[in-house]
Amino acid sequence: MRLPAFTLASLLASTAIASAECADPIKVGVLHSLSGSMAISETTLKDVMLMLVEQQNAAGGVLGCELEAVVVDPASDWPLFAEKARELLTVHEVDVIFGNWTSVSRKSVLPVIEELNGLLFYPVQYEGEESSKNVFYTGAAPNQQAIPAVDYFLEELGVEKFALLGTDYVYPRTTNNILESYLIDNGIAAEDIFVNYTPFGHSDWATIVGDVVALGEDGKQVGVISTINGDANIGFYKELAAADVSADDIPVVAFSVGEEELSGLDTSNLVGHLAAWNYFQSAESDANAEFIAAWKAFAGEDRVTNDPMEAHYIGFNMWVNAVTAAETTDVDAVRAAMYGQEFPNLTGGTAVMLPNHHLAKPVLIGEITAEGQFDIISQTSEVPGDAWTDFLPESAVLTSDWKDLGCGMYNTETETCVQLTSNY
Amino acid sequence: MRILLSAIAFALCAMTAQAQDLQTLLQDNAAQIAKPSRNAIGPVLDDMVATGLPQVPTFLEQWSDKNVWQNEDTGTFFIATKTGDTLTLTDIDTGAQSTAPADGFKQLKPNGGVRRVIGTALVQFQLIDPDTTRRAAALESIARRPEAAQLAPLMASLDGEDDPALRARKENLITILSARFAEDPADRIAAIEALAEETSVESRAVLNQILATKPGVATTLPDANIATQYDPMADPDANHAALVTADLATPLTTPDDIRAAMEAHIIDGRVGNTPTAQLNTDAARATAYATLAAAGTVPPLIGIPERDNALQSHVFFDTYTEDDPAITTAARAALDQVETAVALAQTVDLGLDALSLASIYFLAAIGLAITFGVMGVINMAHGEFIMMGAYTGYVIQLFVPDYTIAILIALPTAFAITFAAGVTMERLVIRHLYHRPLETLLATFGISIALQQLAKNIFGTQARPLTSPAWLDGAWVISDVIQISYIRIAIFFLALFFLALILFILKRTRLGLEVRAVTQNPGMAASMGINPDRINMLTFGLGSGIAGIAGVAIGLYAKVTSEMGADYIVQSFMTVVVGGVGNVWGTLAGASLIGGLQKGIEWFNPSNTLAAQTYMILFIILFIQFRPKGIVALKGRAAAD
Amino acid sequence: MHNTFIARNPSVLWFLAALGLFTFGVTILSEATGLGLISTSFVKTLGKTLCLCLIAIAMDVVWGYCGILSLGHFAFFGIGGYAIGMWLMYARTEAIVLQNFSAQTIPATPQEISDAIGNQIFGVVGSSDFPAIWSFADSLVLQLAMVVLIPGLLALVFGWLAFRSRVTGVYLSILTQAMTLALSLYLFQNDSGLRGNNGLSGLQNIPGFEQTPQATISIVFFLASAFALGAGYLFFAWVISGKMGSVVQGIRDNEARVRFLGYHVESYKLFIFTITAVVSGIAGALYYPQAGIINPGEIAPIASIYLAVWVAIGGRGRLYGAVIGAAFVSLLSSWFTGGGAPDINLGFYTIQWTDWWLVLLGLSFVVVTLYFPKGIGGLFDYLVRKPS
Repeated sequence: MRLPAFTLASLLASTAIASAECADPIKVGVLHSLSGSMAISETTLKDVMLMLVEQQNAAGGVLGCELEAVVVDPASDWPLFAEKARELLTVHEVDVIFGNWTSVSRKSVLPVIEELNGLLFYPVQYEGEESSKNVFYTGAAPNQQAIPAVDYFLEELGVEKFALLGTDYVYPRTTNNILESYLIDNGIAAEDIFVNYTPFGHSDWATIVGDVVALGEDGKQVGVISTINGDANIGFYKELAAADVSADDIPVVAFSVGEEELSGLDTSNLVGHLAAWNYFQSAESDANAEFIAAWKAFAGEDRVTNDPMEAHYIGFNMWVNAVTAAETTDVDAVRAAMYGQEFPNLTGGTAVMLPNHHLAKPVLIGEITAEGQFDIISQTSEVPGDAWTDFLPESAVLTSDWKDLGCGMYNTETETCVQLTSNY
Repeated sequence: MRILLSAIAFALCAMTAQAQDLQTLLQDNAAQIAKPSRNAIGPVLDDMVATGLPQVPTFLEQWSDKNVWQNEDTGTFFIATKTGDTLTLTDIDTGAQSTAPADGFKQLKPNGGVRRVIGTALVQFQLIDPDTTRRAAALESIARRPEAAQLAPLMASLDGEDDPALRARKENLITILSARFAEDPADRIAAIEALAEETSVESRAVLNQILATKPGVATTLPDANIATQYDPMADPDANHAALVTADLATPLTTPDDIRAAMEAHIIDGRVGNTPTAQLNTDAARATAYATLAAAGTVPPLIGIPERDNALQSHVFFDTYTEDDPAITTAARAALDQVETAVALAQTVDLGLDALSLASIYFLAAIGLAITFGVMGVINMAHGEFIMMGAYTGYVIQLFVPDYTIAILIALPTAFAITFAAGVTMERLVIRHLYHRPLETLLATFGISIALQQLAKNIFGTQARPLTSPAWLDGAWVISDVIQISYIRIAIFFLALFFLALILFILKRTRLGLEVRAVTQNPGMAASMGINPDRINMLTFGLGSGIAGIAGVAIGLYAKVTSEMGADYIVQSFMTVVVGGVGNVWGTLAGASLIGGLQKGIEWFNPSNTLAAQTYMILFIILFIQFRPKGIVALKGRAAAD
Repeated sequence: MHNTFIARNPSVLWFLAALGLFTFGVTILSEATGLGLISTSFVKTLGKTLCLCLIAIAMDVVWGYCGILSLGHFAFFGIGGYAIGMWLMYARTEAIVLQNFSAQTIPATPQEISDAIGNQIFGVVGSSDFPAIWSFADSLVLQLAMVVLIPGLLALVFGWLAFRSRVTGVYLSILTQAMTLALSLYLFQNDSGLRGNNGLSGLQNIPGFEQTPQATISIVFFLASAFALGAGYLFFAWVISGKMGSVVQGIRDNEARVRFLGYHVESYKLFIFTITAVVSGIAGALYYPQAGIINPGEIAPIASIYLAVWVAIGGRGRLYGAVIGAAFVSLLSSWFTGGGAPDINLGFYTIQWTDWWLVLLGLSFVVVTLYFPKGIGGLFDYLVRKPS
């Protein structure tokens, strides 16, 4: 169910008087690194959560109670994520947690959240192959980012030969595995797929870029799918520009390059290369204009918005609506109320929370502009997120449905629930 | 010639101008224009070109450049430029100008695939355009999507071409197109033979396309242009899969099939006489399946013997898509020749990459070679001096917009700043620890973490841009295979320069003499009137200053982050240690060995760069075990620890 | 013998008494006993700190007593963690898989079970084959043996090569650092078969004790860590107190002289290097089930350097110094980075300790090295001598 904005507002306004009677504020845990290597990405998400909480309090809070954000710093240290999650749930007794960025930090937190029956909203695009009863995945699953981008390469750009370049960690590995299998299903020969993994922060790209250019030697259109992470992108794009690889010859689509990553680069030589996300700052809609304005007023004029911020925006508002509908912050009740929650996307259209804890969201493909922004050139209708990919044999038989089947890893062939906890 | 062509064009316009204007045609295909797709836009473009309207090329160019806007109410298309919130609209047909607020208009954004198709459609207009950039664009379009129909106009345009570079490019493209599309097989073979002399990706692409094959399977070899025939048992599973796809064999019975058969045929807790509880081994399942198959309840088991029988009774082959064996033979010969040349070129390119990597390592390590190698001081903060140099470059670029001047200022400034930092560190910390080398290591490590965090606090953890001046953009292209970016060449020469400079300072100057004296025997040097304190300070400053300059260079080609120093420190130490401590030549040898080795290992395993780094470090560990003094070992008393 | 050993080293007794008292206090106050004054997450932090103290005394023995500045001991710590983590993951997954198969009509073949476990463990990192390195993961006994054997063997081979070639001083430090860098780079690869950057996770769930609350599990591990620390302390105190200790300290002070006296210096160094590696492995095996996750980032060179920092700040050449340093710096560090320390407002600039703590740590390290080479432990000398 979805409350129209004005009834929600009036409902909250009427209960705003009651907030004086509310003994304890509702606590919202924020589990993002504020120091260490992930701080640059995650601090922004902490700020966006503070802004959302502030906005909600100005609108009268939830269930007549004030919201209180409890911020902890797991310092980009993966074991510390588990420790801090336990602290949030047992010491601070928060009602919900918004947090994490990297997959490994999520895997670290999962056993704790499941043991203590917490509720986590995870806002970043990830590799899928996981479904936890206690986590709502508001970022993109591979079929909401990687697969549509590859479809775009196949259909719109006519790419016949693929270079899958990634940083050596779980997200690129799994995504590339899915993509390899998907490409072979689509008639691309296995020898036309070149896969390369580099370490975090890799800087010596000359040989790899040379190898990619050489892929064109059999006359097929070459395209690069990049899951290169973080700083390594800078060296990669600099080398691409130096080798004069234009987007018309060898287009590159990146899954981990957003507005913030581009700010470390001179993009004039990269115009036309692509990125696939569910959100770009340049999306034209009233809600987005409002969100950007509020963000700039809250955090500073020079700040940019990005995809995980939109994920938190949707996730937080859905949670508020679910709590309002359930009339309690009890995790199981809120979870039941989450299914089918709808909330307008910033890019237009409506996000729906599915029983597999993923959102249905549109997929956008943007071209890099000389100003370091993205020019949206393709937008799909809403794509439902899929926890278990259909393109790997082992997980094609699995499905996740916490609403009716009550199982996140349900084998449709044997019709049994493989496990109730998630695999971490 | 040109007059003639424009006369024809004019006649064409006059003929069709009254037929319709472009806007009407666009409106007829409005949906296709507003949201074009690569596969469907072709006919629309053909229609547009067929009208022969003079405004078509302009429209196509503007459309491709994302300068066409559509009125959201009326659906009319305009060429427009946006300034602030207003659009300056140009009518597509009349060229009449007007302005309107941008709100009611939608920008058309054809994607890369569509732009390429538009590019092809524009070729016929641009090929004889007086503007050289347009002609060049046309040639690029042809190179991207070669089509048979382009050959004739391209040949026709060759005569009027007066730009030598474009003329050469046209001749090159004519050869490429002829090899595939010429009518006469003799022309094709001639073109193919001409291509044998080139190593460019394009010419290899043509040869490979001519040699394109498709796999086939049959009971007997068909009469076709056969490329290769396979041994059926070379890759039995893949070949059997091909047979199954061609409906010439039954698929193998998989363990899952067997399991499914078991589950489907449980009768009274037994499957074919075997109790279900005993079906927990493959052997038991095979027996049970055999029983079921004998009874005819399941299809007979297809196992390895059945597969091999099927394989033996078929032939597996590839056929060329090109029917003429003469052409494929010529192309094969040409490609073989090209590939030999390419292999050679790749070796040279790998060598260049290795040289470049070695020069980067050398530059990062040379400062360390002075402080560690000559003075014996471990400076774990060396990486942070590299970082300071890079950030100096970044800060200067913030204030000096001209990148060339910025770099010219940044190099000496980075040297000055890190020189000062090095001298300060030597005065405050290191001089107290000259006799406790392990503690120097720890103290400088403390400085290193403090500096790194300080950089984070000041500049943030986000990577910062350090942009090279325009004249260092791009690459020195010897061929499509051998190329190296100018920035790497610049780093190479910077490394050479510092090698020469340091050798000069150490061997030919008073300072160098004093440094060597203090290194060998401080007491004796002091009694000869040298001030060891001052010499140590200057040496340390020099080493640090060079690290700063290395930082600018490394920042230019890679990235500027607070952690960039940490990426180079272990590598740099190893460069110095492997090369041999106390000797600049040793550092050079160490850097060459490590750079060459890394590229060599990468070449063996191109899909995993991380593995290359791991194996390289392992190699270095072993190397040092067996040659602890490094490649260039000092002899005599100076070698004492 | 034992009596005389204790009598000669009263500090050992003091230390054990203090450790016992501390352990007792924490146990009483923990959630497991129902008092709940110390939260489970803090018990885990304390338990982990005890493991860090254990590796710190190992580091102190190899550096403070034997003079080998090893910048690679965290590699052994990590190997211990990986060895136990493999069994924890395997056994937990096996239980899930067996339960799932038991619901099916046809019993599973061993191959199917192994495939399903492989798929569960490696499916999330995009693979499903069981790497050879996991061959013994089903056996707790074998994996426990590996906690000791692999660090020991690695140290033995590495040390034998290095000491045989007379690689000493800073060279050796850099070599050990290269060793841990190579190991962490190797583990970062997915192809290493240990799940790459994701590492092994969910280690706090002990197979067979799924229903036991974490409050109990955490206190059991806390007690085990305390016991290990006590035993390790006693063991190392014994090692360094006898004649062997004198030789080892002689090597630290003047290696050549000890060699000329006829001692086989390399053997002594190799022995110290290897046993400290083994103890580090044990410390790691106790640490990671409490941390819950191990990944290659844990054994990056920086971790081993911090270890040296702790020992130096605590005071080298005295075992309790290492314990104090490790406990003090690591707890202080989590207090500062956890936002526990109040920000200091200077008017024009607010010092946030999450940002400035590392700067402070780095600089204090310089100061300690320069002016207080005896570290915090040096204060005890001052206290002990003053009254007498």
